[in-house]
Amino acid sequence: MSAASKQLDELIGREYRHGFVTTLATDTVPRGLNEAVIRMISARKHEPQFMLEWRLKAFRHWLTMREPQWANIHHPPIDYQNISYYSAPKSEKDGPRSLSELDPELLRTYEKLGIPLKEQEMLAGVAVDAVFDSVSVATTFKEKLAELGIIFCPFSEAVQKHPELVQRYLGSVVPYTDNFYATLNSAVFSDGSFCYIPPGVRCPMELSTYFRINERNTGQFERTLIIADKGAYVSYLEGCTAPMRDEHQLHAAVVELIALDDAQIKYATVQNWYPGDKEGRGGIYNFVTKRGECRGANSHISWTQVETGSAITWKYPSVVLLGDNSVGEFYSVALTNHHQQADTGTKMTHVGRNTRSTVLSKGISAGYGQNTYRGLIKVLPGAEDARNYTQCDSLLLGGQCGAHTMPYIEVRNPTAKVEHEASTSRIGEEQLFYCTQRGIAPEEAVSMIVSGFCKAVFQNLPMEFAVEAQKLLGVSLEGSTG
Amino acid sequence: MNIQLESWEHMALEQIPQFLAGSGVPWVSQARQSAFERYMAHGLPTRREEEWKYTDVAQIGKRSSFAPDSIPADPSSEAALFAWTLAQQHPHLMVFVNGYYSDGFSAIGELPDGARLQSLSELLDSSAELSPELFDAAHEHTVFGALNTALATDGAVLHLAPGTELKDPVYLLFIASGHGAAIYPRNLIIAGAGARATVIEHYFGMLDAHHFTDAITQIELAADADLQHCKLLQEGNASIHVAGIHAVQAARSRFGSQSFALGSRLARNDITSRLTGPDGHCSLDGLYLLDGKQHVDHHTRIDHLAPSCTSREYYRGILDGESHGVFNGKVIVHPAAAKTDAHQSNRNLLLSRQAEVDTKPQLEIFADDVKCTHGATVGQLDDDSLFYLRSRGVDAESARSLLLYGFANDIIGRVGEPGMRTRIQHLVLDRLPQGEQIKELL
Repeated sequence: MSAASKQLDELIGREYRHGFVTTLATDTVPRGLNEAVIRMISARKHEPQFMLEWRLKAFRHWLTMREPQWANIHHPPIDYQNISYYSAPKSEKDGPRSLSELDPELLRTYEKLGIPLKEQEMLAGVAVDAVFDSVSVATTFKEKLAELGIIFCPFSEAVQKHPELVQRYLGSVVPYTDNFYATLNSAVFSDGSFCYIPPGVRCPMELSTYFRINERNTGQFERTLIIADKGAYVSYLEGCTAPMRDEHQLHAAVVELIALDDAQIKYATVQNWYPGDKEGRGGIYNFVTKRGECRGANSHISWTQVETGSAITWKYPSVVLLGDNSVGEFYSVALTNHHQQADTGTKMTHVGRNTRSTVLSKGISAGYGQNTYRGLIKVLPGAEDARNYTQCDSLLLGGQCGAHTMPYIEVRNPTAKVEHEASTSRIGEEQLFYCTQRGIAPEEAVSMIVSGFCKAVFQNLPMEFAVEAQKLLGVSLEGSTG
Repeated sequence: MNIQLESWEHMALEQIPQFLAGSGVPWVSQARQSAFERYMAHGLPTRREEEWKYTDVAQIGKRSSFAPDSIPADPSSEAALFAWTLAQQHPHLMVFVNGYYSDGFSAIGELPDGARLQSLSELLDSSAELSPELFDAAHEHTVFGALNTALATDGAVLHLAPGTELKDPVYLLFIASGHGAAIYPRNLIIAGAGARATVIEHYFGMLDAHHFTDAITQIELAADADLQHCKLLQEGNASIHVAGIHAVQAARSRFGSQSFALGSRLARNDITSRLTGPDGHCSLDGLYLLDGKQHVDHHTRIDHLAPSCTSREYYRGILDGESHGVFNGKVIVHPAAAKTDAHQSNRNLLLSRQAEVDTKPQLEIFADDVKCTHGATVGQLDDDSLFYLRSRGVDAESARSLLLYGFANDIIGRVGEPGMRTRIQHLVLDRLPQGEQIKELL
């Protein structure tokens, strides 16, 4: 490892040392969780009665639950009573005033990722003034969407304006009893995105939280609900390739997708939250529940994820294939460097006839990173001619890291065809030699080989995203060869 | 006299039966007692435990007795005849009836210098040559391992001095006789440096007999030793069979295990190997051919602890009726195990609407310079292959049987011992429609 890249790596981490300082703003409820806090959250958001009741039911159920222990991750116990469960969107005054106040190394990272200056300011949390017209750009998009009847707004806004849709679909894929973290989220979620595509409408653009800049910082308990009505199509992007500023350590988001007859939802995530420093201190704990339901015939849900951030990633984007001929897909790249831990994968539950699912998972471990693929393919007795193909490959860089594959396959229908294959290997000496011999620096060569390894997943990302994701991998892997 | 207990909880009140081998030897009684305490502390596994997620052993708890017979039983005439037939074919035969060595049916024959084949009870009573470590908790992979240590009646002990080579296989026949017996065989194979042998374990039972077997086989291979182990489970359709085969391998040793699960109502095999020295090789193969309400669970685990070892694992299943097949294959590559080359595959054919298969190939890798792959499939017979055979005038039933046999024979063909290979081929064909015709073709 070159001295320069070592230094760079340290410096990239340094920016975040101050990340978790919680200054108690005026609009923050005291730490701790009880019914009063939940009533307060609900009241502040002016929620209708059904929302409060739902939150309370979730909270009461949560009290009976215990944290799951089965995942291949290790972390000190989380004190759930030492978390503040509500804070109003951060005031812009808290952020740095200009880019010059930022760590120059962070700026260099942005540059490497090819992020335009204005976006850099936004990502770094610089107070955006009138010069930057992103808000107006977003407004233009919103008008266009409204013309088509597409509802795309913050969750809290949807609760006010479209309570009937929220009441009908909220918790219908991930019920409030689902799991420890999802239940906690159900009780305390602050905000998130809501999206409804009416029948037959093809959403003309990639929807992204990116356009909801004002509502960024929705906090640690985000809730997303996307409904594609009959024949609708939507592609949704979550997250962003640049390192995100965030002051909460525990994240427990829930994403629910619902696809009715002939509808298609593409959901892409790029997650690059603070992974902790080189010794594994700090870093985000990311416990996410993501599930889609192909309710209608011929519906289609695909998850694509690039996970490079967070100290702990615990997430299993799943698809329940209820409708006949429905299709579920999962494409994933998970990278763990330093002391990061990722336990991720998918669940495909085949219920309807002629349902198909594809799983493609690429895990990369470097440093002391531990990367686990955990997947379940379940074919129920009624799922005639169900078909699944799963491939999970792991790449190991360095002798201290680990790669684990734990696929569960449960088949109860004799017409089903299920295939799973997995491989684990490291970058071959010959591959590296081939590149360096042609004048490519070792670090660049590794990045190149890793890109090739992940190509099949990146192909499923929207174009600009794919380019960024590729660069992101390069940056995340810096210092891992040598 | 048989000690019959009301239920397994009552075992807590009882002493370890005094009639068990080695009861006069303090370390043996002590090892049995502490193993029994471990068993009682844990109780029977439940489906809430990850390792028992797909296999429910609660019905074992409903047994009227866990205690082994105090005196050897007589085999049925069918089993006796079978034992006699085997003795004609295999020069080194040890027969156990309900877990007790039967001198009358056995024919140990003449072994080369350096090889000793004895019954465990004999060695325990004399307390000679057996290391207390053999009954150590570290050897228990499941709670049934502890139960076996507490109640083991007898078994085969094969000692091979360095360089000893056995030309003929050691054939261990375990006959389950009568209803309700609880059977605890415990076998031990210790191969010195460069020793070579083949050991066959054959579990044979009667139709409809409710018996419970909890068997453990411990295998220690010194450097360069080579052991081929073949297990055939051919118990009746009401039996419960829980077994562990656990090998520890030193440098350059080779261990081959084949497990054929054809008969029993509920079976669980835990097959493990620890590659502790460099350049070792381990290959675990298995076939489960299930029908009716059979439930067969194979849990394998290969620990790569030393560099440059290779492991291969091929398991196949054919599931018909309401049967349930479970496969869980773990390959763990520890940090020191650089240059590991591991491959694992599990393929299943699901033939009926009510059958179910749950498979979980699992890789855990903590070293970077490794090559590990695994694969698992669940599917049906290939329509094109069926069509090919049909278009050449083979009737539908025979075509199916032929393809199923071919699928199974990929595993059976890995059995090195020709007599055993043929025996298993015939047993499989007996289960297939038109199997007689295929036999003629062989």
